[in-house]
Amino acid sequence: MENFYLMFAPLLSTKLFVVLFLGTVFGLILGVLPGLGPTTGGALILPFTMTLDPLSAIVLLTAIYCAGTYGGAITAVLINTPGTPAAAATCLDGYPLAQKGEAGRALGMATVSSTFGGIFSVIVLVFFAPLLAKLAYEFGQPEYFALAIFGLTMLASIGEGSPIKNLIAGAFGILISTVGKDFMTSIDRFTFGINELTEGIGFIPVVVGLFAMSEMLIQSTLLKQIFNRVALKAVKLPTIDDYKLTWKTILRSSGIGSFIGVLPAEGGTVASLIGYSEAKRWSKNPQDFGKGSIEGVAGAEAANNAATGGAMVPTLALGIPGSATTAVILTGLIIHGVRPGPSLFREQPDFLYGIFGAMLVANILFFILGFFGAKIFARITLVPNRLLWPMIFAVSVCGTYSLSQSLTDVWIMLFFGVLGFFMRRYGFSVVPVIIGLILGELVEGTLRQSLVIFDGNWLMFLTRPIALTFFILALIALLFPLINRKKNEQN
Amino acid sequence: MKHDTKKQGTKSNSSLFFSTEFKACFVILFFSIFAFIITFTFDEVPPILNRGIQPATFPKILLILIILLTCLVYYLSFKTPWKKNKNLDKPFFITLFVLILFVLIAKFIDFFLAIGSLSFLISYFWGERKILFLLMVSILFPIIVFIFFETILGLRFPGGIITNLYYS
Repeated sequence: MENFYLMFAPLLSTKLFVVLFLGTVFGLILGVLPGLGPTTGGALILPFTMTLDPLSAIVLLTAIYCAGTYGGAITAVLINTPGTPAAAATCLDGYPLAQKGEAGRALGMATVSSTFGGIFSVIVLVFFAPLLAKLAYEFGQPEYFALAIFGLTMLASIGEGSPIKNLIAGAFGILISTVGKDFMTSIDRFTFGINELTEGIGFIPVVVGLFAMSEMLIQSTLLKQIFNRVALKAVKLPTIDDYKLTWKTILRSSGIGSFIGVLPAEGGTVASLIGYSEAKRWSKNPQDFGKGSIEGVAGAEAANNAATGGAMVPTLALGIPGSATTAVILTGLIIHGVRPGPSLFREQPDFLYGIFGAMLVANILFFILGFFGAKIFARITLVPNRLLWPMIFAVSVCGTYSLSQSLTDVWIMLFFGVLGFFMRRYGFSVVPVIIGLILGELVEGTLRQSLVIFDGNWLMFLTRPIALTFFILALIALLFPLINRKKNEQN
Repeated sequence: MKHDTKKQGTKSNSSLFFSTEFKACFVILFFSIFAFIITFTFDEVPPILNRGIQPATFPKILLILIILLTCLVYYLSFKTPWKKNKNLDKPFFITLFVLILFVLIAKFIDFFLAIGSLSFLISYFWGERKILFLLMVSILFPIIVFIFFETILGLRFPGGIITNLYYS
């Protein structure tokens, strides 16, 4: 019970509250700006967190995550462009509502359902993460290896785009993690005689390159795009009739979002699409979907924000990121000397419950800021790309350089920017690369240590029940899209 | 309708090698085979020190997996062709060229100057014509970022014509 009191630390400490407030504001700004989002923003702000203590740093990143996910809805409703990929489903009904002169009502519903979904998922996080951590005490190296493989296959099968392309991207991410000195034997791999590569390829240059730089190149192809902006007078709280119509949808989507979030994948994006389609399936008025249904907005928004808490569950309990943004948060934890996993729950409960509390407060803060400030945040989209992106470039370059004061990191960032552009152009998601990169050392390390335990016998993996279960689940995850495709073809 | 599906699902011999799918898969395969060959140059540890597998084994497994999956993706593209992209236009190539210019200026002249130049050029080629905004983006903002990183994070930027003047 005393752990729950620790959740209120962000409210009791002025410094933490200021960090939380700034993180929420920054997250909203990032969410509103199309092309940016909590992942890119988190990666850009990571170097700045070095000036903060670990709890403040992670509180800042989680506040950006929660608020950034909601912020995407403002742009989705007003200019029919999702501020973040997770808000794509919100456009479908949010913008038609705005065109009917009901932008305030749509944003009000988006704000309420996002807040509910977010708070619901924090409750899931508070109860479920310690349970998962307890379960993980039973895990040895083989189990962790099987779990990481399961995570990657899930990412491939329920992530955006083609599962096979996602698998290729994930394997490529793991391959990047092998660059540098082999951590067990100190033998150079893929260093090509370049000294700077012996330490391996850093996470930040890859993330900033794949997200921010590739987005800048994508924006260069969209210069002629014209946004039709809908005017917003004020955000309106949903009416009793709206609540009556949507409470079941909000509750269902919150559950779906939290569950999808726990699975390692592009949490919010997939969650909002499923939340939306389930809202349509259960609705009494499915014909209104796509034409301005308030249930559609509620279904998508509750789900994408519920995925934030869900995605934090495996991140904190197992050290396996549940989404691209939680991969950034995981990096933040590691560079601040905090190793997520079961031991964290035993040794630093104050730290963990501080994060839980921060997420709870961030959800309330973005409700207040979104409700009263959506009009101001919407104005940020008026900053033209021709001014915005050069500024983002300056921050990206300095931020990437700052971590190890190495120009090589900047070159790596630019390389991954160009690579990310072509990957996205040809339908390869960049998220599996990030997850693969962060899981790479875990996958290889646990595989090699398991083989030491098993005396080189690969079949011994199958003698471990938990590992075997994860392998079977991984196989199901791989076969699921194939079966689904066959079913669709038959239909 | 049936005829259309058949037409979409097959490719003529001439388009086989010039299709987007072929080009993308070829690049991945070329890179993977090159990296696979490189793995044979990795040092090996003597059996007594070898814990589990050799350092080259894991990357080899990954590369074989990538090669097999790429072949599968290409095979499946015969049934379901990839989404067609519109051709890249001038602003993209200009942006790419400016990025190369950034690398050259940052490496041989000055890091700060490189950021300012890139910001100016991108902003200009993307359509900004107001000199005040161009100056704000290319001079004022980089100065703010520079000072911020310098003072708050205690960062020392690499030397160059302008940066050396600041540090001297």
